[in-house]
Amino acid sequence: MSQPLLVIEDLHKSYAGTEVLKGISFDLDRGQTKVLIGPSGSGKSTLLRCVNHLTRPDRGRIVLDGEEVVDKRINAIRATIGFVFQDFNLFTHLRALDNVAVGLWRVRGMDRRSARERAARELDRVGMGNRAQAYPAELSGGQQQRVSIARALAMDPRVILFDEPTSALDPELTEEVVEVMRQLASEGMTMLVVSHEMGFARSAADEIIFIEHGVIVEEGPPSQLFRDAQQKRTRDFLRIISGSYGQETAS
Amino acid sequence: MKGFFAFAWENLPYLLDGAVIALALWTLAMILGFLFALALTWCRVYGDRFLYALSTGYVEVFRGTPMIIQMFVIYLGLPDVGVVMNAFAAATIAMGLNSAAYQAEYFRGAIQSIPAGQMVAARAIGMSRFDAVRTVVLPQAMRHVIPQWSNEAILELKFTSIAYAISVHEITARAYEIGYSTFRFFEIFLVAAAIYLVMTTVVAQVLDVVERRARVPGIGAPAADRAGA
Repeated sequence: MSQPLLVIEDLHKSYAGTEVLKGISFDLDRGQTKVLIGPSGSGKSTLLRCVNHLTRPDRGRIVLDGEEVVDKRINAIRATIGFVFQDFNLFTHLRALDNVAVGLWRVRGMDRRSARERAARELDRVGMGNRAQAYPAELSGGQQQRVSIARALAMDPRVILFDEPTSALDPELTEEVVEVMRQLASEGMTMLVVSHEMGFARSAADEIIFIEHGVIVEEGPPSQLFRDAQQKRTRDFLRIISGSYGQETAS
Repeated sequence: MKGFFAFAWENLPYLLDGAVIALALWTLAMILGFLFALALTWCRVYGDRFLYALSTGYVEVFRGTPMIIQMFVIYLGLPDVGVVMNAFAAATIAMGLNSAAYQAEYFRGAIQSIPAGQMVAARAIGMSRFDAVRTVVLPQAMRHVIPQWSNEAILELKFTSIAYAISVHEITARAYEIGYSTFRFFEIFLVAAAIYLVMTTVVAQVLDVVERRARVPGIGAPAADRAGA
């Protein structure tokens, strides 16, 4: 338990000459939930995608469970890192059940029946057991996002990365997704979350990391950050997003 | 002289034997074309610069030249370099290679219409690119492509008549033969045309059923159903 589950070390990434990440470093312990916040374009999503090499970092190291994330074993590593996308990205041609099961049979080599049994359990876990036979197009955004969380859970991930999981949702649908995430956090899932859902950050995050212009400006437990952030930029940003996001979902 | 129907009836079995040959030619050519098109599509969509150039050149050459020339090259030209085959095999290969170029174009368009997030999500759960393509991208692309593919299949069915030019004994060749021996060209070609029409209609109907069976909400549906995807 002494070593962190996920170590991010001096991460750099540029796109077409613009440096999006300028040396990001932090750790994530087993069972911890950290929430990344920051203005759009600050590099949060890029950072998340660098963790499982959906985007390849230019420099720096990602170490998961003592193993460096490298291209050579990337498929096996990715199979143990859940990723939840802003726009869900459920497989359009598969029913909810098979969306969750497909990784188990195609990546894990499980037989289809066992995979579907496992998938059904994960759908129950996110409250989607009764829609197992629905296609993504037949589900609301909130329901799709819950299925996509089940898809991540089915792979027994060591950590789940959430990339603005509620940003594409209508306000009345965010709570059902946030509720599932909160439950996972309380069950001890290790989570790295890019989100401006301050209700979730307050109640479930162990730590909030504020990123701007590709660097970490400030990090700390939500109670401390919300009460007395050291940096003026952090305070300003928190004031803005708390005004526009935080109120209705703060619990 | 016999009336039209008696004449048609009398010659129908002979033409239908030709239809069996045409259907065999078509089936084999479509299968060959399909498999080769998958390989071409992979090269064009996922290949490096060399494979892309090679496959693109292939598609351009086969779409830019007449099929009858391609058939002549294979049947009459290749023996000059020691490759000899019978007319049926030559026609199958020519039609398969030709159809592959068109099918590959349709496949490529369909694959490129699949949102990039589908591939990314498949890779994110640990699928290799090959697994992601066969599990996620292709099943969706194939649903998109069925209408175009059906068109191509029906065109190819009619193109089997070109094999007549290299002496494949299919419907058109037989109609020609009967025409010359009876001098009733109009009627025999009418019968031949009717046989083609029946075949293309049946194929169109079957593919229509396939399309409806394969349909899932959110794919290939009216644009309105796709909103929010």
